[in-house]
Formats: sequence, structure tokens, C-alpha cells
Amino acid sequence: MSSTEIGYIRKELPEKIKTIGLTLFVVGTALGIIGFLIDPQRASLSYLVTFMFLVSIGVGSLFLVALEYAVGADWSTPFRRISEFLAAVIPFLIILVIPLLFNLKYIFPWTHKSIVDSSVMLRGKTPYLNVPFFIIRSIGIFLVWWVFYYFIIRNSRKQDTTKDQYLTKKNINISSGFIPVFGLSISAIAFDWMMSLEPNWFSTIFGVYYFSGTVWCALAALTLIVILLNEHGYLHSKIKSEHYYTLGLLMFAFTVFWAYIAFSQYLLIWYADLPDETIWFMHRWVGGWKVVSLAIVFTHFIFPFFYLLSYNVKMQAKKLKFIAIWILCAHFLDLYWLVMPGMSTNGYQYSFSWMDLVFPVAAVGLIILIFKSLSHKYNLLPIGDPKLQRGLDFHL
Amino acid sequence: MNENKVLHSVAALFDTPDKIINAARKVKDAGYTMFDVNTSYPVHGMDKAMGLGQSKIGYVTLFFGFAGAVFIFLFMGWSMAINYPYIVGGKPFFPYQAFIPITFEVTVLCGSIATVVGMLAVFFNLPFLSHPIHDSNYIKEVSVDKFGVVIEAEDPLFDKNKVVEFLKNLGAGKIEFIYEPEKQAIKILQPKFIVFLAVVAALTSFSTYFTLNKLMYIVPFNWMDNQKKSNPQSETNFFYDGYAMRTPVEGTVARGFMPYPFHEQALPSEPLANPTLPTKQILKIGQEKFLTFCSPCHGNYAEGVSRLMGQFPPGPTLHSAKIIGYSDGMIYNIITNGQNAMPSYAYQIPREQRWAIIDYIRVLQRAQNPKPSDFQAIKELNKESGKNVVN
Repeated sequence: MSSTEIGYIRKELPEKIKTIGLTLFVVGTALGIIGFLIDPQRASLSYLVTFMFLVSIGVGSLFLVALEYAVGADWSTPFRRISEFLAAVIPFLIILVIPLLFNLKYIFPWTHKSIVDSSVMLRGKTPYLNVPFFIIRSIGIFLVWWVFYYFIIRNSRKQDTTKDQYLTKKNINISSGFIPVFGLSISAIAFDWMMSLEPNWFSTIFGVYYFSGTVWCALAALTLIVILLNEHGYLHSKIKSEHYYTLGLLMFAFTVFWAYIAFSQYLLIWYADLPDETIWFMHRWVGGWKVVSLAIVFTHFIFPFFYLLSYNVKMQAKKLKFIAIWILCAHFLDLYWLVMPGMSTNGYQYSFSWMDLVFPVAAVGLIILIFKSLSHKYNLLPIGDPKLQRGLDFHL
Repeated sequence: MNENKVLHSVAALFDTPDKIINAARKVKDAGYTMFDVNTSYPVHGMDKAMGLGQSKIGYVTLFFGFAGAVFIFLFMGWSMAINYPYIVGGKPFFPYQAFIPITFEVTVLCGSIATVVGMLAVFFNLPFLSHPIHDSNYIKEVSVDKFGVVIEAEDPLFDKNKVVEFLKNLGAGKIEFIYEPEKQAIKILQPKFIVFLAVVAALTSFSTYFTLNKLMYIVPFNWMDNQKKSNPQSETNFFYDGYAMRTPVEGTVARGFMPYPFHEQALPSEPLANPTLPTKQILKIGQEKFLTFCSPCHGNYAEGVSRLMGQFPPGPTLHSAKIIGYSDGMIYNIITNGQNAMPSYAYQIPREQRWAIIDYIRVLQRAQNPKPSDFQAIKELNKESGKNVVN
């Protein structure tokens, strides 16, 4: 099956995009470096929020790719390549984590010996929460993700030229291995990088909480890019509102899933009412954080739920584009809400800083740059995939 | 005999999904509006080919789902906070967080039941229980491996011969005329049906009664369960009154029982004398019980300042001249019977401990108003032991 049979006409993305991405990235990085020089603690935490956001997009997208292979879905095959391009953030994570590793003392209370010695609980956690093991764990997980990314994406790209169906089978096996690894490693990353910000507190569902947000965010990024590209004719004329509808449906499902998990976490803590558990929510309720907490409930659940409930919204590209941007912002706010209240130096008060907005700008720039350079090298559609034709012919 | 019947529709059978999609599109394009397609499994793209709009059943689900959510939320709030206010687990009367799981479940329940009932009502055209095409060869074929289209006679463009011609041109395999059945009202009061209901009711009642009252009481092994003795609270014919349990002989006194003559009397005229001596051991018991039962209101040193200040009616200080002037028996009566807001402690503190508490109160009172001789005694004690006993 040649590319002409499928009807995909390859077009270069305009050079303008590269300029935009480069500008955003350079401006964001420059301001970020200034931030690190002025207030290293604030900058480290702001950077952590953005870093987790990039983890969400990268590994969440790889999860979507693996999910498509593992369950044999064909409706999403025409835009699997978009998720693959987004997953290309994964190799960069190992570099991007370095500024955090040098600033661990500003981020995590358990790196300070005096704090650990003062708490029985923290002394007990020392075998897990200590700097060397922490670094080994993080780097190890990023490497494991990178290995899976490398093999899945290599096979997928090879198929464009060889059209070898056996590669799909190979990828199904790799993906089936990746999904359980992903489930465990995303939990570990959530525990390490976000839950241990307040090391006395613990919640076993926290990893699932982050997972639900991750996939939600990856879906929103995918939806946004698919619609933007397709509107300008870079994808395929056969990709239409029924594909969008299915993406909207999945976003809706993960909106509800997130709410389910978030509420499960809240309800148990609310019922038991134990001081060492409720303190986490207290930090997010007093000192100006109450508004942010209520905003999370609204932006992360109530609004997307009622908005995506409608059939018409899911069928319309314009409205889906809006909610996709909304979801990306809501997920960023959620990460901000998870990370920032643990900052004890200002007495657990909410305070705004320009740095919080600098790093996401750089992150968006980075994603655009990666996307542009990959789209220059590879097709936007997996033209050798045996499932592609069925995916394009997808009907509700 | 078919000539007497009213024609309901003309049905045509097709062999493949592609043909039926094509047929549906052509029928729609020809301007027919009252037609339907039957397939043995969902055929993708059919809605569009038939020109169907978005199904309205979603609104039924939405309405009933939200109605159920609002109803159950308000109902729980009403029952927990208004009708029978009751604190569960130290939460407020209106713990809306605890209502959310149930609200969620009821939303799903109401939404899904309403959807199914709504679809059945529309599909069956209730209160009628059958559709004309149900009694045809056509429906048998499309339930197995064929694909069919039905054009109804009520369609404004309907013309029997034209429709047959039209369907044949589309490549239909077989064409069937479907006639209206005689309209049947629901015959719920048929004698047969009523007898059936009665039999079902009788069988259900009997089997329930038999299971719950007979079958479950059949003892597989008798072991030592059945003995020739009378169990407590059971009947016996051994005694003249039929009770297995006997009442004690008149005048029997339980072991350790001490009569108390002033029950329910606030200020009895003849107070009792304290039977205990304030030994170190007794005072220790008194202190422990005082701190457990008395101190929450009267304070740790009986000074009337306590940790429950402001939440409960404050207990008065026990260092007032009035209470110092009370006899031991008087205080014993107050502890036993209660006074004003103070309840009776007769059932929580045994008799000896109540007296021990009184001894301890006396020690506290003496400590607040020491006599010169007490200081002398302390000095001598300090000299003897070489330590500071007071501290």
C-alpha cells in the first residue's frame, strides 16, 4: 500500500512555527535562569511544576501509543504519529531533570538532616527517601521510559518505509510490557517528586491520581494538535468529526476518572480526620489556597464534565480545541496545586511569582521545536501501518 | 384472507451490509420518511445513510440522571439534618461529602433505568406490546443473517406497486408484505392469567414460609443440643408458674450489697458517716477516681476551672465555705443522687470509691487552707527524709 493509495500528501509545516517555538524557548529559558539566580527556591519549585507537566505530556503520550497497540485500536492510528512526536519529550527528561537534582535541598525537606532527625516518621523513611537512592530511582525510571520509547518509535518509523506488518506485532508485545511498567513507574515518580514534598504525609492513591491527570493532559495535547493540523490540511481529508468525537469521549472519560480518584482520596481522609493526613488538605485550604482548591474543582471537573457531556461539542473541532486548551491549563493548575502549597518558607501562604509563568512558556517552546524538527524528518501519518486504512474509514 | 387486512408496510431483504447502506441511502433520497432498517448487528454509517438525526434518548438519561441526583442528595440531607438530626462519626449534621458516593450511584441508576425504560416505551409503542413486523418471516431473516428495509404504508409517498418496483430495482432479494395485526389491548384480566398469578403467589408464599420456618430449623445432628434441662428465659412445667427462671427468696441480699436509704433525696436529714479512713492507699484511689470522673467539670484541683469550661455548665469550686462545711455524708448523697446539672454517679462509681473521692476532696480542701500545724508537720517530714516533701 503506497502513500498515494492512502491519499496522504506530505506537506512541510511552515518555518514560522520554528521561529515561534525558538522565541518562546529562548525567552522562557533566559528568564528562568534569571529566576534561578534571584530566588533559587521559588524557581526550583516553579521548574518542578513545569517538569512534571512535561513528564505528563511525554509519558502520557507514550502510554496512548502503547494503549493503541495493546488493545488493537484502529480509529486512533491516523494520529498515532502525533502522540509519538509528543512522546519525544521523554529522552529530554534526563537532561531537564539536572537543574532539579542540583537544587534538591530547596525542594525537599527530607534532604535536611535536622528535619529528618526531628521526626520519627522521616527517620523511618530514610532507607527510601535519601538523596543517592532518589537520584538513582529517578534516572533509572527515565531511562526505562526512554528504552521503551526508543523501541516502540523505532519500529513505528521503520514501518513507514518497509510496510512490514510484523513490526506491528512486535510493537504490540513491547507495548504490553510497557503498560504495567508505566503504571508502577508513574506512581513512583508521583510519590518521589510530588508526594515527598510534604514527606510526613502519604496517600497510596496518589500515583493513580497523577496517572489520571497525565493521560487526560496527553489526550488534550493530542486533540489540540490533531485539530490544528487537520484544519490546515496537514493530515488527511478523511479525518473528520467522528474521530474528534472519539477523542472528546476519551477526554470526558478521563475527566470523570480523575474526579473519581481525586474524590476517593479526599473522602477517606475526610472520614478518618486524622491530623497527619488532613494537614495536606489544610495546606491547600488556608492562606489563600482555598481559591485555588475551589478553582481545581471547577476547572478540572465541573466545567469540562458539563461541557464535554454534549454530543454537539464533541463533534465540533472549534469547541474541542477550546476545551483541549482548557484541559492543558487545568492540568498545569492541578500540578501547581500539588507542588506549591508545600513550600514552607513563606508560612504556607499563597504568593504569586512571575517565575510560575516563565517555565511553562519555555516548555511550550520546547515542545513546538521538537514537534517541528520531527515533522521535518518523518511523516505525520504512519503510512505503513496496516491499520491505517481502517482508521481513516472509521465510523461511529 | 390477506385482502381483508390493512397493509402496514413493504419489507425487502438484502444480502450484504454494503447493499443495505446503499439501499437506505436511496430510500432516503427518494423522499421516503417513514421507513426503518433492520440488521442482525450494528452497521457503521447507517445513521448517516438513513439521514437520522441525533437520538433524543440522551435527554431522557440526562433528565432522569439529574433528577435522581438532586432527589437523593436532598433526601439524605433532609433525613440526616432535618427529620432526625443525628451525628455520625463526629461529622456535621449535613455531611455533603459523605453523600457524594450515593448521589453518584443513584445518578447512574436512575439514568440507566430511565434509558432502558424509555427505549422500550418508544420501541414497543406502549401500551401495545407488539409491532406488526414482529409476526413476519422478514424479522426472522434479519435476526439471523439478512439485512432488511421496511417502508411503511403511512408514508405520504407510499404507493404499493411503485414501492415494490423501487425496491426490486435496488437489488432486493425477497419482498414481503406486512399486514397490521388485529389490535389487541393488553388482556391483563384474563382468567388464565389471574389463576397463574394466584398460583405463583401461593407457591412463593409457601416456599418462603417453608424455607424460613421449617427447612432452616431442621437440625442435622443432635449432639448435645437437646438436653433434659431448663434454659434461662424458657418455659417449663416443672414449676407451678411455668417459668424456668426463679426469683430469689424474699429478703435475699446480694453479696456486697449495702443499703442506701436516701435514694432520690437531695438533702436527706440524717447523713451517713464516712466508713473509710484517709490512708495513703484510699487517697490514691480517691485521686484516680476524682481525676477520671470529677475533674472534667470541677477541675484538677477542684477549683472550678476545668478543660470543659465554656462547653458544659461549669462545675462550682469545691473550696467554697459552703462545701467545706458539708459533712462527708452530704457530699456522698450529692455524688450518689446528683444535684442541679450534675448527674448521679451511683452506677459508674462503686460505693467505696465514692467515699475515697470524698477523702481526696477533703485533702484538696485542706491543701488550699492549711493550718500552721500543717507547715510544722511538713517541716518535720522534710527533716526526717532530708528531702523536700512538699514538692
